[in-house]
Amino acid sequence: MNLEIAGILAQDGIANGAIYVLMAIGMVMIFAVTRVLFVPFGDLSAFAALTLASFQLGRMPATVWLVVLLSALATAAELLRIARKREWHAAHKSLALYLVAPNAPVLLTLLLAGESMHAAAEVVLSIALVVPIGPLLYRIAFRPLADAPILVLLIVAVALHFAVSGVALLFFGPEGFRTRPFVSGEIAIGEVVVSMQVALIVVSSVVFSFLFFVVFEKTMAGKALRATAVNRIGARIVGIRPFRTGGLAFLLGSALAAISGILVSPVATFFFDSGFMIGLKAFVGAIVGGLASYPLAALGAIFVGLLESYSSFWSSAFKEILVFGILIPVLLWRSLAFAQVEEEEEELDEVET
Amino acid sequence: MTRPAFRIVLGVLAAALAALPFVVGGFAITLLNYVGIYALAALGLVLLTGMGGLTSFGQAAFVGIGAYASAYLTTAQGLPPLIGLVAAVATTGGVALLLGAVTLKLGGHFLPLSTIAWGIAISLLFGNIEALGRHNGIANIPPVSVGPVSFFTAESMYYLVGLTLAGAMWLSSNLLDSREGRAIRSLRSGAAMVESLGISVFRTRLAVFVIAGIFAGISGWLYAHMQRFISPAPFELRTGIEYLLMAVAGGSGHILGAVVGAALITFLKSVLQDVLPLLTSNSAQLEIVIYGCLFILLLQYARGGVIPFILRLAPKRRAPPPARITGVLPKQDRSAPDATMLEIVAVTKRFGGLVAVNEVSLKLRAGEILGLIGPNGAGKSTLFNAITGTDKPSSGKIVFRGRDVTHVPARKIAALGMARTFQHVKLRPNMSLLENVALGAYLRSRCGFLGGALRLARAEEAAIRADAMRQLERVGLADRFADLAGNLPLASQRLLEIARSLAADPVLLVLDEPAAGLRRMEKEALASLLHRLREEGLTILLVEHDMDFVMNLVDRLVVLDFGSKLAEGPPSQIRANLQVQQAYLGVAA
Repeated sequence: MNLEIAGILAQDGIANGAIYVLMAIGMVMIFAVTRVLFVPFGDLSAFAALTLASFQLGRMPATVWLVVLLSALATAAELLRIARKREWHAAHKSLALYLVAPNAPVLLTLLLAGESMHAAAEVVLSIALVVPIGPLLYRIAFRPLADAPILVLLIVAVALHFAVSGVALLFFGPEGFRTRPFVSGEIAIGEVVVSMQVALIVVSSVVFSFLFFVVFEKTMAGKALRATAVNRIGARIVGIRPFRTGGLAFLLGSALAAISGILVSPVATFFFDSGFMIGLKAFVGAIVGGLASYPLAALGAIFVGLLESYSSFWSSAFKEILVFGILIPVLLWRSLAFAQVEEEEEELDEVET
Repeated sequence: MTRPAFRIVLGVLAAALAALPFVVGGFAITLLNYVGIYALAALGLVLLTGMGGLTSFGQAAFVGIGAYASAYLTTAQGLPPLIGLVAAVATTGGVALLLGAVTLKLGGHFLPLSTIAWGIAISLLFGNIEALGRHNGIANIPPVSVGPVSFFTAESMYYLVGLTLAGAMWLSSNLLDSREGRAIRSLRSGAAMVESLGISVFRTRLAVFVIAGIFAGISGWLYAHMQRFISPAPFELRTGIEYLLMAVAGGSGHILGAVVGAALITFLKSVLQDVLPLLTSNSAQLEIVIYGCLFILLLQYARGGVIPFILRLAPKRRAPPPARITGVLPKQDRSAPDATMLEIVAVTKRFGGLVAVNEVSLKLRAGEILGLIGPNGAGKSTLFNAITGTDKPSSGKIVFRGRDVTHVPARKIAALGMARTFQHVKLRPNMSLLENVALGAYLRSRCGFLGGALRLARAEEAAIRADAMRQLERVGLADRFADLAGNLPLASQRLLEIARSLAADPVLLVLDEPAAGLRRMEKEALASLLHRLREEGLTILLVEHDMDFVMNLVDRLVVLDFGSKLAEGPPSQIRANLQVQQAYLGVAA
């Protein structure tokens, strides 16, 4: 390996890492606020990429049917809850949240389908279609289990991934898609020549991470999220509704997933199930960073991107094995380096009488 | 259903299962063979996840290791399948030992996540190794043959699978009822409780992880020699999750859950594979969607699985009380009576900048009841943790029975004769009272995993149960010995914890707020029990909040305030102490 190849691999790795950063931040946030390790995170990225590809091919993106389906399920769950508690006076809110809001981008898509759209409009609409999926999944799968142990939530998340990716195949079909590049050419930064595409990914990642930081630090909603992450019961006592912050975390996470999917879509071919691997790698990054701190998660994500890129140079067959294999020594190091807080292992089943 | 009727039903069921190949066709038998093979892997998960509380998504990888080990040896090396079985057990056991040694120290959700990681990595390895046929897999695997008997047909395989599964279930059931099995079932109470009983969390976790791996390996061996062909696909993460689904669907808290779950999922799969192609061309994917949704619904509405519903039909087992045997379990050496039971010398504990305990010294004489009291935040619990070895002091020295135990782990301190209870009662709600107490006798017995699975130590087990019964009698819970601990009211749960600590035959009993949450009558009963124990020669240290309870009970009191020792002496003297009054009431009374 000479310096030039090393440079190209580093660029690749940093571009991948930048994508993993966005995803890792989203996963860490969802975990901190709701205790859900959201395994289908990468699937949402894949949906965004596939949606954009459909728009570019002039097709109706199948995402609309997914959103309609999930929104119907969530609305049904809400109506059931309302009927049981006889809280009909609050029904309009539920309908607005779970029926109207998610279906608004769907309606827009149905109206605009077939018309030629500006590239930016396609991107925005793709993201808008994917964003409701996270909160809807939260409502359907996780809210009924709010008090369940983390492990149960994890098992549900894994099962959810399989359900979602199965639905994705039904809707999107087995072919792979790659979107048109947003930019082309190269720019020189001093001595180093960087492709515009890579530059776009890195810059976008930095911008969106910063935006995320601003939302988290400066807005009231962000503070509610942080409060819930720090102490769930304490947040409840000061009037923060856990389900609302949970939904919000999934909404923001969904947006991050969609954005990262869109960013990576011109440089990688996406299949209905590509998201899982990307998501898991971002996950590895988040875990390397400890699942607690956002900057550390970002560093971990970049580390995974670089590792992946350099290992693919030596052996592309063992690339994935290395990325997942690295997790074990990392976890070991973490468990030895950081004294563990004794946590109560929770019961999986209730007492049988 | 009455008990004899239930027995008849079971007998008929067993006979029907044995006669099945003569009645139904080959397809049904093949399906049942898969049920048995999957059930074996799921059984490993029942032990690991349901009993030991360790969730693994990677069970399919172990099935793969067993399958590939035997397939490689019997094809490329031409060795007989029985050697393949030995290799399958050895490799899965070895890999589990290695992976477990690295990952089982991880806490909480890190462990299941790591199983996803190595689950993926191992299944990817199968597809990338030349000797294992890469993605094409290995074909022409010979059927199992033992001497002249060849298990070539589905019917003969049926008996092999059935016997293997039955054997594994018998061993598991024995194991769970033994000393180490109880240790496995206690793992979910958290490390503090488990280690306080003298049980090594890591060793027990590792053992159950290896056992689960070996069951998966044997399942893989059967799979390879029944299919006669293997490829990486059935050992991917997806299958690992299916195994977990089987265990949870059947009921991960029961050995039978693995079989019921495997049957449910396999039959469902078979039905779906017949029905779905009529509806859609993407039937395989729809299948996954259905599994996923089913799993989520199951966890939302019936986390215990199907078995609890079936068990309601079975008659309640009314186990007879254990036979009375005395003097088999070893006792603590009390030949050299300790004048000073416990000595704490200038113990300090800092959490960052906060000094929770500041240079506290005290002595506990043999045969006395000493109360450690103080307002909230005085440092009582911190000192308690330092004494029991749950947490190490920043400086100072703790001497128990003449031995420096400052840096000795909790389970070694327990072995020296210290037993403790917990402020928030830590019992196994799904184990009987007797089993909960028997858990306390772990240190006084020897029987290992293999001995437990093969029921080699029946005399010891009987002695443990007899002793546990005696402890239940001591605290007045003997008549409820067969009930589940989770069904007891709080006061009885506290007594049960004391009985469990007595089963360790301690010389020093350390109680963490034993009266918290008890009513007056219950407190009086507890106080008289503690008096009785003291008269029997036990030394007792209790940390308590409740002044009335302590005043009438203890011989001496030590008062802590803001991490420092404020006063020490008999209750009457403490009652008159102005500083103590000030600490509790804010002003001098």
